[in-house]
Amino acid sequence: MQQFVTLQKKELNTFISALAQSQKVVAPVARGYNNFSFQEVTSGKEIVLKYIPTILPPKKYFLPAQETVISYNKRENSVNAILEYEKMVIFGVHTCDLAGIQCLNMVFADKPRDINYILRKSKIAIIGLECNDYCDEYASCNVVDNHLPNGGYDLFFTDLGDVFMVHINTMLGDELVGKVPVFKPADEKALKALEALRQKKRAIFKNEVDVKHEDLKPLFDRSFTSKVWEDLDKRCLACGNCTNVCPTCYCFDIIDEPSLDLNTGARYRRWDSCQTEPFAKVAGNENFRKERSQRQRHRYMRKFKYPVDKYSRYFCTGCGRCSRTCMAEIKLKETINALAKEAK
Amino acid sequence: MKQVELRESEYITMPAKILEARMMTTQEKYFKIALESGASLDHDPGQFVMVSLLGIGEAPISISSSPTKRSYFELVVRNVGKVTNALHKMEAGDTLGIRGPFGRGFPVQILEGNDLLFVAGGLGVVPLRSLINFVIDNRRDFGKVHILLGCKKPADLLFADEIKDWEKRLDVNFHCTVDKADPDWKGNIGLITSLIPGVNLNPVRTFAVVVGPPIMYKFVLIEILKKDIPEKQIYVSLERHMKCGIGKCGHCQIAQYYCCKDGPVFSYDQIKGNVEAL
Repeated sequence: MQQFVTLQKKELNTFISALAQSQKVVAPVARGYNNFSFQEVTSGKEIVLKYIPTILPPKKYFLPAQETVISYNKRENSVNAILEYEKMVIFGVHTCDLAGIQCLNMVFADKPRDINYILRKSKIAIIGLECNDYCDEYASCNVVDNHLPNGGYDLFFTDLGDVFMVHINTMLGDELVGKVPVFKPADEKALKALEALRQKKRAIFKNEVDVKHEDLKPLFDRSFTSKVWEDLDKRCLACGNCTNVCPTCYCFDIIDEPSLDLNTGARYRRWDSCQTEPFAKVAGNENFRKERSQRQRHRYMRKFKYPVDKYSRYFCTGCGRCSRTCMAEIKLKETINALAKEAK
Repeated sequence: MKQVELRESEYITMPAKILEARMMTTQEKYFKIALESGASLDHDPGQFVMVSLLGIGEAPISISSSPTKRSYFELVVRNVGKVTNALHKMEAGDTLGIRGPFGRGFPVQILEGNDLLFVAGGLGVVPLRSLINFVIDNRRDFGKVHILLGCKKPADLLFADEIKDWEKRLDVNFHCTVDKADPDWKGNIGLITSLIPGVNLNPVRTFAVVVGPPIMYKFVLIEILKKDIPEKQIYVSLERHMKCGIGKCGHCQIAQYYCCKDGPVFSYDQIKGNVEAL
């Protein structure tokens, strides 16, 4: 199997349009000033190739904001487990978001396995897209080692000017390439250009915080009683925006919704946020993370400490969405730097 | 978007029937339940189930009966939320859904052969009873058994009839206290911590099992540690908000642990110094 093929940039439209003939294709499209969103496209012309991380990460296709897990009929005393899925191709996934999907995969494959997630995932093809430069000042992909591709895709596109270098990573990727006769075997020149780009990226992407990759976890190990959380307490609005846009936040609520006939209905699971006040509250009103400082700390520990112990990987992908979306301007890079400064 | 029916799912519930239901106090209702399949729930003492009421929701409830009772299981539910409110309206013959049993229960195999100190405060007796009755049903397999029970007032006492039996037993050292007595109360008065110093135990071979409201742990653990029981030999059961029961939804997380999967039973050395736990 040919590992690398190229696609003339002007042929992208042909490729996307052809794919969209047979299945749903989603890709980043513009949504107002400097905002982008993964949406269904039917032509390559709708796609924005140079985009900053979309408002919501592709997590919305793997773990929908709301999905039915049970449908019931009380009179018939029947309860059915439900899977909602859609076969699709996601085009243009940045390396930070590929990492996010890898994190979710680990969580939902952890036993007891989440069959809804696993089956839905198996229907989705992923086409990655390389970032040749930083998207903006909020990104911190280098410190978490996500600025270069680390797998997790079927095809991976790199913009080399006139052509895309396409890495075929799976048989599914090979199948997609084989569907549309616009790909050519990569020549020596293109392979050299890819190597040169990666080399150039090593100079562009530098550690974005005052802590080294391997020192992040030890820093968070020591930061449980930090004063930095008190500062976040005063600023945080507990709105939950940061967790909603996070590619690795997967907490959910389970909610019943009876139909108007009061006989049938569904049980949904719906994104939830540990930043909201009632999240850890038990019946009887005891709240185990009452303070915003505790909840912010929890959010950070769930990126830089707990998953590292459990899955040996940072659950922060460096996409910068939490900082970009925060109304109180709580910025991840600033928080890490403040913790590092205090720990010195 | 396509919808298909799944043959297996963690969210599917088992139909169950209420065999018996009665109010135990003004706030707590007792339920005796059997799975409609006739199968045993086959839980470990200290585990919990998700009780599902269609159209209303699910709630995590501790199993109160010992697994030695194979044909049914018992729950005691305080009327505090949407699901428990609806549950309180249910009677014998009604059906509900069960998922589980979930979580890590009490380490029965480790406890065997050792002396046991049980400390239950308030509703803590509900999950702890699953272990106490297991021990009583297999009494020969364990060493000395001390049971210390506390609640706010005599009217709050759960399983009053059964407790009378524990009190009478020759093979159990039982003490009970209430924070506030009424004129008919003949037992101890005071906090449960006041009962611990008087227990005569050998710390090397004693395992302490403590279940109660969050505020109780801090003070009871101080008293138990004064008895020189090693930290590894102290177990607690923690209550948290739970939605999925399978270590995914995040509500029950206690720092690195999912209470529903890694707990609800933890040894003290596991959670010592964990500010989110105690």
